[in-house]
Amino acid sequence: MTTSHADTAPQTQRLSTLRALARLLPFAKPALPRLIGGLIVGLAAAVTSLLIPLALQYVIDGPLTSGDRTAFLWAAFGVLALGVGEALFVFLRRTLVLTPAAAVEYSVRQAFYRRLQRLQVAFHDRWQSGQLLSRMMQDIGLIRRWLAFGSILLVINVTTMIIGMALLFRWHWALGVGFVVCSIPIWVVGWRFEQRYGVLTRTSQDQAGDLATAVEESVHGIRVLKAFGRGGHALGDFERKAETLRATEMSKAREMGVIWFWYELVPIMAQSTCFIIGVVLAAQGQLTVGELFAFFALAAAMLWPMGSLGFLFSFLIDTRTATDRVFEVFDAPILIEDPAEPRAIAEPRGALAFRGVHFRYPDAKEPEADLIDGLDLVLRPGETMALVGATGSGKTTLTALPTRLYDVTAGSVEIDGVDVRELRLEELRSLIGVAFEEPILFSASVRENVLLGRHDLDPGSAEADSVLREALDVAQAGFVHDLPDGVDTEVGEEGLSLSGGQRQRLALARVVAANPSVMVLDDPLSALDVDTEALVEAALRRVLSGTTALIVAHRPSTVALADRVAVMRDGRIDAVGTHGELLRSSEHYRYLISSIEEEGRR
Amino acid sequence: MSPETVRGTRGEDREHYTRAESRAIRRRSLRLLGSILKPLRRLVLLTMVVVIASTALRAVGPTLLAFGIDEALPRAVDQGDWWPAIGIGAAFLATGGIGAALVGWYVILIARVTQAVMLELRMRIFRHTQRLSLEFHEGYTSGRIISRQTSDLESIQELLHGSLNELVDAVLLGTFTLIALFLLDWRSGLVLLGFGLPLVVLMWWFVRESQKGFRSTRVVSARLIVQFVETMTGIRAVQAFRREKRNDAVFGRVSDDYRRANVRVIRLFGALDPGLILLANLTIAVVLLWGGLRVMDAGLAIGVLLAAVLYVRNFFGPIEDVAMFLNSYQSAAAALEKVSGVLEEEPTVRDPEAPVRMSAARGELSFEGVRFGYASGRTVLDLAGDEQRDLVLPAGQTVALVGTTGAGKSTLAKLVARFYDPSEGRVALDGVDLRDLAPADLRRAIVMVTQEAYLFSGTVADNIALGKPDATPDEIRAAARAVGADAFIESLPDGYGTDVNKRGGRVSAGQRQLISFARAFLADPAVLILDEATASLDLPSERQVQDALQRLLADRTAIIIAHRLSTVAIADRVLVMEHGRVIEDGTPGELIAGGGKFAGLHAAWEESLA
Repeated sequence: MTTSHADTAPQTQRLSTLRALARLLPFAKPALPRLIGGLIVGLAAAVTSLLIPLALQYVIDGPLTSGDRTAFLWAAFGVLALGVGEALFVFLRRTLVLTPAAAVEYSVRQAFYRRLQRLQVAFHDRWQSGQLLSRMMQDIGLIRRWLAFGSILLVINVTTMIIGMALLFRWHWALGVGFVVCSIPIWVVGWRFEQRYGVLTRTSQDQAGDLATAVEESVHGIRVLKAFGRGGHALGDFERKAETLRATEMSKAREMGVIWFWYELVPIMAQSTCFIIGVVLAAQGQLTVGELFAFFALAAAMLWPMGSLGFLFSFLIDTRTATDRVFEVFDAPILIEDPAEPRAIAEPRGALAFRGVHFRYPDAKEPEADLIDGLDLVLRPGETMALVGATGSGKTTLTALPTRLYDVTAGSVEIDGVDVRELRLEELRSLIGVAFEEPILFSASVRENVLLGRHDLDPGSAEADSVLREALDVAQAGFVHDLPDGVDTEVGEEGLSLSGGQRQRLALARVVAANPSVMVLDDPLSALDVDTEALVEAALRRVLSGTTALIVAHRPSTVALADRVAVMRDGRIDAVGTHGELLRSSEHYRYLISSIEEEGRR
Repeated sequence: MSPETVRGTRGEDREHYTRAESRAIRRRSLRLLGSILKPLRRLVLLTMVVVIASTALRAVGPTLLAFGIDEALPRAVDQGDWWPAIGIGAAFLATGGIGAALVGWYVILIARVTQAVMLELRMRIFRHTQRLSLEFHEGYTSGRIISRQTSDLESIQELLHGSLNELVDAVLLGTFTLIALFLLDWRSGLVLLGFGLPLVVLMWWFVRESQKGFRSTRVVSARLIVQFVETMTGIRAVQAFRREKRNDAVFGRVSDDYRRANVRVIRLFGALDPGLILLANLTIAVVLLWGGLRVMDAGLAIGVLLAAVLYVRNFFGPIEDVAMFLNSYQSAAAALEKVSGVLEEEPTVRDPEAPVRMSAARGELSFEGVRFGYASGRTVLDLAGDEQRDLVLPAGQTVALVGTTGAGKSTLAKLVARFYDPSEGRVALDGVDLRDLAPADLRRAIVMVTQEAYLFSGTVADNIALGKPDATPDEIRAAARAVGADAFIESLPDGYGTDVNKRGGRVSAGQRQLISFARAFLADPAVLILDEATASLDLPSERQVQDALQRLLADRTAIIIAHRLSTVAIADRVLVMEHGRVIEDGTPGELIAGGGKFAGLHAAWEESLA
């Protein structure tokens, strides 16, 4: 190659793209031998297809002209053999490359999902799931196609081009130089293209993720949209996003149009220059007409590889961007994971303690006080503690700390005297069972949903059945027996086809079935009617007698379950005591718990 | 209309269809595509012209060069006449340059077509899924709709974007070449035609097999998306209940199915492509053999044979592109089948054909012989029996619905909000059947606040403004103040401008309910339905909401479903429901005095407060 500056610039650029793609190597490693094999066979196929015209040339110049019948038959047979060989090589290339590329896609996708499941909730708060989804489907799929197709074609075509260019020098140096010099714009344009197209690709892939998010929200929030008749409003919003994506795609297309133009034009410029040079050389007698013809035959064979570079180049950049997007997830640090030297609790008693706990969300602004601001609270083993506080006082956040869905920013949460961060997550989360404010059910049978935390049980076993029955019993979830398939009824996605109260009871049953040492229940009875609530409470009291429980409560009836009550205010515990004590001593508690009572009495 | 078995999304997960079903599905897909392309026909036509012109121009190039070498070169060498050579060089550059420019233009044009189609499809699916009734959504799951909107559309985009020019190239070039070959040497032409038969068979086999294959990739990719979306939405429960490893296995299985489905179609293509190359090379060999023998028998000029062989090569050259096109076509067709299926779904709650306008509703609700049961046949609400054949809620009345879970309270509310239509009888607002009421007027007049207080990504203000999109910031504030949400909103980092984040992750359930209350008050409907809308509020907030309610409900009809009887205190009338029927009806005072079911509930509630 020449030493012009324009030449080195794309080199460094490409290196970074290469480095970006090199991150896929660990995934591609098992597939590498076959991918390389595919590459070699692919090159062989390319060479074979180049040999066929040469063989034809030989047939026509040789036996056919001389009239040697035997030699002709042999030669024709040779052409046939080459033809079959090419088909065979192509078949081998496809066969070699196909399975491993799909396997790479599988392992990247699996690793992606694994990683996401283990990334802390704070990560998921920040990322819209549509963005994750578009990475999981589109981007990883693109990587597979690149591996199976783009990368191999790019190598083959660039190699063909370089070999071709080198061969062009064979006839006359001036022809070769003319061709190479005229090809320089390819590199310049390519460099400029990478700069601009890369940015656009990134934008468009991100916007596609936003669009997926909008779709997801419009379906998850369908009830609200319907209730307010705001489908049109959501549609307008969606349309804006879709239009933005379209505009980005059009900018991409314009860049593509420019590069296709150049990559079509450059070989033609090179050819016409060479034509003039060739004619001059031939006129001077430095080149025969036959040689000139051969030169053009070869140059013509390079047309497609050169022309295809535009497409392959944009493919490369798309893949690079896709890889970047996927690796943003792989590179996100897992902040909540098993400790290096885990401790174990041999005999869990269920003593839960919050000691000087501070917590603030990672994106909280500087002047904001910590959401949980030096909170101390100790639950004795077996004790049921109600947590009462105004809406937004940080109760729900507090319930996420013991299971380490979030980590405290200062202080510690301890279970049986051991900092929860010193326990393996698996152990910690089997010690503590949680029922969330908003019950989360999965598309699975009632049985699976309730026994979610019981991996130790064989789903079909008698023991599993009795645990299930007991749990449903406690949660007063007898309604499941009226469902079409009883406990084997698939409850719809996120349990949407059940009422709020029904979902809440299943979520409660799940915690009961998990049989943890500590239960953390976030307002577990809010959606229940009075009758059911009373029944659940009676049953819960029985279960809770041996279990430590922290229950976020809003109403006196739930508080009545508790041995003691903690009042939360401004991220701290304001007062702890029995219901009666607090009614006497804490004005804030009276304000929180008895306002309606008073009103009821009025 | 499609046969019942495949109408809409029915039978969507199947891979094999009967002939009639296949035809129906194909027709529905093509109809959809046609209806989208129709308004774009000028653009499509222009694109076609450009691609044909660029193909033609690019085909001229080699001929010019050949002519240059044959004619212009000897003249330059022998006669010193340089002009033909220069002229040809210039002409070559000009045709090539214009051809390249046309290619560039084509890229932009086809992107315009593609993007227009994508936008239209996206909008149609979105609009349609919004129109579809809750019943559909409850069965179909959001993951599948998402997969229709994302990965299915992606395949369609690929088809339009990628391989159309190659197809045009191939067809044009193929036709021209075949004609030229026949003119040159009809025997070779016959050979080529003869090999056309296995070519067609091969392609037909591919089309048939890949159709099944691509169908299964669509089905499996939807399953993959469902599993993924559910995990991410429920990540808290996943982690808290140590579901990760199990999920790894489940996702691994689906993902492996997806891999397998993909491998299956790629393998088909991996057979098609070398098959085509083999056919091409066989044809060349046969043409060469036969032609060569004829040359030796002096029946054919060598030049003609050379040209014939080149023509055959040219004919098969772009055939691989046709294979690529077929491949993406099949993929897109499978996607289009699914998409057109969703679009064929009819909403069970239909917009009226002759909508009755109602600019201002008074808010009188009447239920006339209403009965409601799900498609499965279970009747969950039956107001048609007994003495309550006609249940009337006069304008301005605040009615509390009381009863155990499954008593039919929510169903009643959903009928009023027209999430469902009654199976029998009618629900009317100011005497107008809800089914006849213009949807916009219905939604303005009746608003329902559910327990599930969903927040959309955007700011708090955006979320409240959902109740009235053109609301001023002051109105939004006023609504929030009215329900007592003002204080907590102001305390958020950016006040009303605070982003509520993914699924409202940072706002507690109680706060979400306050926001959705504010939303409802901003909407200012004549009829307000509150279905467990205060369940997650703490008592002071609830009291504030109740105070607000008392003021705000003074001049509008309200249906309140609440488990906490405190709410009932503000009701003018209580309906006690059981097993889909109203068993008690009266003012709270009357019912307590009457000593029925409600009196019992009330007593139990009082006790719970102590």
